[in-house]
Amino acid sequence: MSKETLVKIDTVKGTGCVVRGDDIDTDRIIPARFMKEVTFDTMGEHAFEDARLQAKGEHPLDDERYAGAGILIVGQNFGCGSSREHAPQALMRFGFNGFIGGSFAEIFFGNCTALGLPCVTLSEENLSKLMDSVELDPAQEITIDVAASKVRCRAGDLDAGIPEGTKQQLLEGSWDATRVLLDAGDLIEKTAAGLPYVELPA
Amino acid sequence: MTEQAKSLFQKVWDAHTVRELPSGQTQLFIGTHLIHEVTSPQAFAMIRELGVPVRFPNRTFATVDHIIPTDDQSRPFSDELAEAMMSELERNCRDHNITFFSPESGTQGIVHVIGPELGLTQPGMTIACGDSHTATHGAFGAIAFGIGTSQVRDLLASQSMAIAPLKVRRIEVTGELQPGVFAKDVILAIIRQLGVNGGVGYAYEYAGEVFDRMTMEERMTVCNMSIEGGARCGYVNPDQTTVEYLRGRRFSPDDEHFAGKAEAWLALASDQGCHYDDVVTIDGSKIEPSVTWGIHPGHNLGVGEAIPTPNEVEDSERAGVEEALEYMDFAAGASIAGTPIDVAFIGSCTNGRISDLREAAKVAKTGRVKDGVRTFVVPGSRAVQKQAEEEGLPEIFRAAGFDWREPGCSMCLAMNPDKLKGREVCASSSNRNFKGRQGSPSGRTLLMSPAMVAAAAIAGEVVDIRKID
Repeated sequence: MSKETLVKIDTVKGTGCVVRGDDIDTDRIIPARFMKEVTFDTMGEHAFEDARLQAKGEHPLDDERYAGAGILIVGQNFGCGSSREHAPQALMRFGFNGFIGGSFAEIFFGNCTALGLPCVTLSEENLSKLMDSVELDPAQEITIDVAASKVRCRAGDLDAGIPEGTKQQLLEGSWDATRVLLDAGDLIEKTAAGLPYVELPA
Repeated sequence: MTEQAKSLFQKVWDAHTVRELPSGQTQLFIGTHLIHEVTSPQAFAMIRELGVPVRFPNRTFATVDHIIPTDDQSRPFSDELAEAMMSELERNCRDHNITFFSPESGTQGIVHVIGPELGLTQPGMTIACGDSHTATHGAFGAIAFGIGTSQVRDLLASQSMAIAPLKVRRIEVTGELQPGVFAKDVILAIIRQLGVNGGVGYAYEYAGEVFDRMTMEERMTVCNMSIEGGARCGYVNPDQTTVEYLRGRRFSPDDEHFAGKAEAWLALASDQGCHYDDVVTIDGSKIEPSVTWGIHPGHNLGVGEAIPTPNEVEDSERAGVEEALEYMDFAAGASIAGTPIDVAFIGSCTNGRISDLREAAKVAKTGRVKDGVRTFVVPGSRAVQKQAEEEGLPEIFRAAGFDWREPGCSMCLAMNPDKLKGREVCASSSNRNFKGRQGSPSGRTLLMSPAMVAAAAIAGEVVDIRKID
């Protein structure tokens, strides 16, 4: 992570990979036993590991037609369960830079934003259109246009949902929140001073 | 509705607002930051790289829970990776002057068990931890969030986080619970009704006669699983039960100041007539002892009910039900009672407190663990372990053939040696029945109350706790 420059994210482009199914939880994205690490370095190697083993090579992440995909296309309530940032870290390190789905679990969504990975939602109809289209033609380029709230693909320019605040964070580069928060300066201590249970650090 | 009437959520939010951010989010001061070995090491590495110190080391508290073995806890741990994580946590706490509730201190335990028992968790606080079950602390009328590692970094650096305001849904559970129905059954019933993503965008305020009567430990069990219903946090308004629980605990206000603090805590409760974005009422007298049958906590039913068939559920749920039936290898339409189990786990941040162990011990007195069933009874903390020992609970469990362990997260998520093997079915008092959650990629989990787990261990199958005694 660069200390000096803000990284602005207005579009993410790449080929897609479709993982169908609703309520895919973070234990499935990265099983807990692979989190016994003090860094995120190895997470990418274990993305969806158990699901892939069980699918015996039939999992979308092992499908050659999706090799090199940069955008993961998923169903409803993706990333539910644990707050582990290891989940988006694993997917990012596997190669995904953006997510398109029916809906996302809240903490997963926030963790993705904190890593500069946009999560955008489509209506059920458009999501189904996109999934079908990408399964038929996995080589097509997909664009997540954050500024315009659109997903552009062979199936057309689809209206995509992204909360206004998140959009701004990505466009301004303020998704990397630490510096934004530190900009508050002593407002932080002033807020703390008004709380009955907090003593300011010595 | 009066102009000034506010929910507890709104009062706490307003008091902790540092400023509005250009993104429309709020920069929210977090008064209590709890850390553990799994989600903090990367965050410490990030602030080292940024070159910023820990802003409020005096409001940051650490323990070790996920990776600690529950058999032999002597150092170094036999698992090198676990030992490395432990050493890293120790180093970070030392370097940054952070209080560490270590195993040697006698205060170690699951982060969501020790916060309350030390009196660290108090009404009106904002609390965050890199763990999704942080909502547990909401039982005290605190607003408590589970966060990811980047936010742990933000908190270390600025003791604040960027978060969009939440809506508030009041969930009133009325009437009286039937005998054999526990707090665990209440939250499973709530999730069943509202769905695993029904709470997205909401804080849940739990209220009504059932909550008024609950002990603090029962309230913690409910708040703990708020995230399983999609809610970012859940809370119960503070009352006299809250005040009495906090009296005399290590981090509670001293005697001289306690009465004044208690008065201020009670005043934080949601005002009559305040605005709620949604209100849901559930008849508590209709809640049955509940068991999950599928692959998320919303897949649960009363122990007397049959496992659903794909054609009887709504279209949007059908694929999920089919997937769950296939994974669990259960027959649609079959009774969940009578399902054979291989493993019984009593513990976790949901149900690893002294009252949970007492309820399970009552059942343990009625028989012996069925031959071939592996058992784990794991206190949630050193303090729970000590209390249980004083009450003679380990002897009761051992006499019935249960394996009594050292405190930790154990088999809830299997980041330690306690794991399912192969296709084993586990009756579990934990919080998640996701595929592979308990350490075996094909393992199966049935969530239920600790008493129901103990009964299942003895019967070797799922049984209705109301038929024991």
